[in-house]
Amino acid sequence: MKTLLGLMIAGILAQAQVTYERIRHAEREPGNWLTYSGTYSSHRYSRLDQINVQNVSKLRPLWVYQFNALDKAESTPLVVDGVMYVTESPSNVTALDTRTGRAMWSFRREVPKDVRVCCGQVNRGVAILDDQVFVGTVDAHVIALDAKTGSVRWDVTVADYKTGHAITAAPLALKDKIVVGMAGGEFGVRGFLDAYDAKTGKQAWRFWTVPVKGEPGSETWSGESWKNGSAATWITGSYDPDLNVIYWGTGNPGPDWNGDVRSGDNLYSDCLIALDADTGKLKWYFQFTPHDVWDIDATEIPVLVDGIFREQPRKLVLFANRNAFYYVLDRQTGQFLHAKPYAKQTWATQLDDRGRPIPAPGAQPTETGVTVYPHSAGGTNWYSPSYSPKTNLFYVAARESGAVVYKGEAEYRPGAEYDGGGLRNIPGEPGTGAIRALEPMSGELRWEYPLFSPPWAGMLSTAGGLVFGGCDEGYLFALDAATGKPLWRFQTGGKIISSPISYSTDGRQRVAIAAGHAIYVFGLEE
Amino acid sequence: MSLCGLLAAHMLLMWQAELPTEVPKQNPYTSAAEVQHGKRLFAANCAVCHAPDGTGGRGANLARPRLQRAPDDHALFLVIRQGVPGTEMPPGWWVLNEHEIWQVAAYVRSLGRVAQESVAGNARAGGDLFRTLGCPGCHQTGAVGGRMGPPLTDIGSRRGAAYLRAKVLEPASSLPEEFLQVQIVTRDGRRITGIRLNEDNYSIQVRDLSDQLLSFWKEELTSIERQPGRSPMPSYRERLSDRELDDLVAYLVSLQSD
Repeated sequence: MKTLLGLMIAGILAQAQVTYERIRHAEREPGNWLTYSGTYSSHRYSRLDQINVQNVSKLRPLWVYQFNALDKAESTPLVVDGVMYVTESPSNVTALDTRTGRAMWSFRREVPKDVRVCCGQVNRGVAILDDQVFVGTVDAHVIALDAKTGSVRWDVTVADYKTGHAITAAPLALKDKIVVGMAGGEFGVRGFLDAYDAKTGKQAWRFWTVPVKGEPGSETWSGESWKNGSAATWITGSYDPDLNVIYWGTGNPGPDWNGDVRSGDNLYSDCLIALDADTGKLKWYFQFTPHDVWDIDATEIPVLVDGIFREQPRKLVLFANRNAFYYVLDRQTGQFLHAKPYAKQTWATQLDDRGRPIPAPGAQPTETGVTVYPHSAGGTNWYSPSYSPKTNLFYVAARESGAVVYKGEAEYRPGAEYDGGGLRNIPGEPGTGAIRALEPMSGELRWEYPLFSPPWAGMLSTAGGLVFGGCDEGYLFALDAATGKPLWRFQTGGKIISSPISYSTDGRQRVAIAAGHAIYVFGLEE
Repeated sequence: MSLCGLLAAHMLLMWQAELPTEVPKQNPYTSAAEVQHGKRLFAANCAVCHAPDGTGGRGANLARPRLQRAPDDHALFLVIRQGVPGTEMPPGWWVLNEHEIWQVAAYVRSLGRVAQESVAGNARAGGDLFRTLGCPGCHQTGAVGGRMGPPLTDIGSRRGAAYLRAKVLEPASSLPEEFLQVQIVTRDGRRITGIRLNEDNYSIQVRDLSDQLLSFWKEELTSIERQPGRSPMPSYRERLSDRELDDLVAYLVSLQSD
């Protein structure tokens, strides 16, 4: 009996360690949500099916946790063995009991008053590895916390916040490393992606997303413009453990709307970059929008799928880009295979057979303003798409809006905005949105569910045959994943600017999402 | 200022910038060259509402020595940068950097040094006319007035004379962004015209012509007709003499908030 008890305790302890192997096989434990996009392949798909097409109408809120912050709540929570780790603005972390919604510990940290973040002091979530939780901060630190107490194990300064560097994305934990993307694309920083040793915080590698003069790619920047080339890495990427390759999107070149000062393609801005996970060395890149002058960062989620493309089995990466095109790439080589617009766009007349866009005449920003689609906020944005292996559909929350874009002054001063222009909405055109289900190999539209306004909420698909999404007007909703038929909705009372997850508590499926300034957890009536 | 076409509310929320640590009390960029650059920026970003010479339109008349919301340079910087919450003036920081905001501020201040807009007409007579015509039935001034039209309590601070004149003659010529007349038909056959207060995927809220606040699930409706460019206000083109029109505009211009 004593031995059995000992084994049970050991089992609980062992279970509490979130090993790399557990994350690598996260799909085997759908009761947890171990990494930002659910799995390394970033499907944001849950294999749980207790909540399904038949019973979702009975879904109801079980508890709500109110944040102690009024900035936007963009966090994707992680759930490990009954504990939910959620971030709050600006860079705080709270561990919640998933049965009661009660906090077990909070990590709160003052940030300097003069941090520079373009779009709010937000945080999109943590990473977890072994017994540590990792969070990036708006003043550009990455911090390892004890998963049981919230106490700081190590705290590393990634970059100087005074020059506009910040961290808003959830880190990605893999093997023995923590991969950390940075923000600052509106401040003329030089972008990079970092990896740190999870145990010590020692930097393992850095990949500069703007090459230094003389390096390959530096010829795509005129003069000294590379120094302020931006190409930030502000949304969490994906990982293929078999290939040992990290896939990560990069942001706009700096300055955003004035390309005159940076002639050339401006590598590796607006790219998907594929890096060796051990060394950070570039394996390949694909640039979606060479010489971007519309602020259409490629900081979206790379979705890794093995599929049959034109009768050939291939390892693919699917990518709904902010530039309003949906792309299919070979993730072993980076080869462009296919693209198709999924939202209105007027910036490119077409893509050539290598996926390079042919810019539309008259779509470049001018001093008096030019109308272009999509809006700089994109056909989609950082919030997550979802891929369901059950329906074999790719779900994207599409934004239908344009903007009048301006070219303006572009003088770099450290820590000041380096936008080189700006935008305004088109008068009388508030924009709309839609949840779109795409056939993944062709990008063909299978169905759509219209939204009143352009969304800022991501998607979750489930084995219950559902897709969950949210909208600016505060509704979390569930659709039939096969048809798009609306089946359930709940008014959260706050704008939804986040992506949903699913997990289970005591064997019962839950759906959670950040909305307004709170986390909502839903389950079937009990 | 800047971006006179409104940034939608979600954009405002998505893109709030932190203030620079210290905003100087006085504009550090006031040379002739800075003013000239400010003029170019103003033309590109602000003139849509405030007119290229700053005399106002949908936006306030800025060609005056004292600006109500911006009595000093520090306040003017903040108004340009942060916008004016609750009005159509959006934050300019997304478009203009700090240096550019100061340049625009320098240009705006230069406007106050030119001759002020002179308004013909007798404001007192215009006020009498305002009441005789029944305008208070729909428009609030101070504590009195109806609710259908926008409140006019401080309209003279917010709109230029030319704009006000055009609005009296042709009310639908320029409607506030948030103003949308809708006509809805319910499943039980009721037909309701009103101003849209809010809307989402599933519901709509309106204030009807008799000031009732109404809310409907869209599934309760057979149709929603959005009528952009329509206004319940009649044109006064045929009803006012030139002199009366001058008087009425003078009265509206006199409606200042201070």
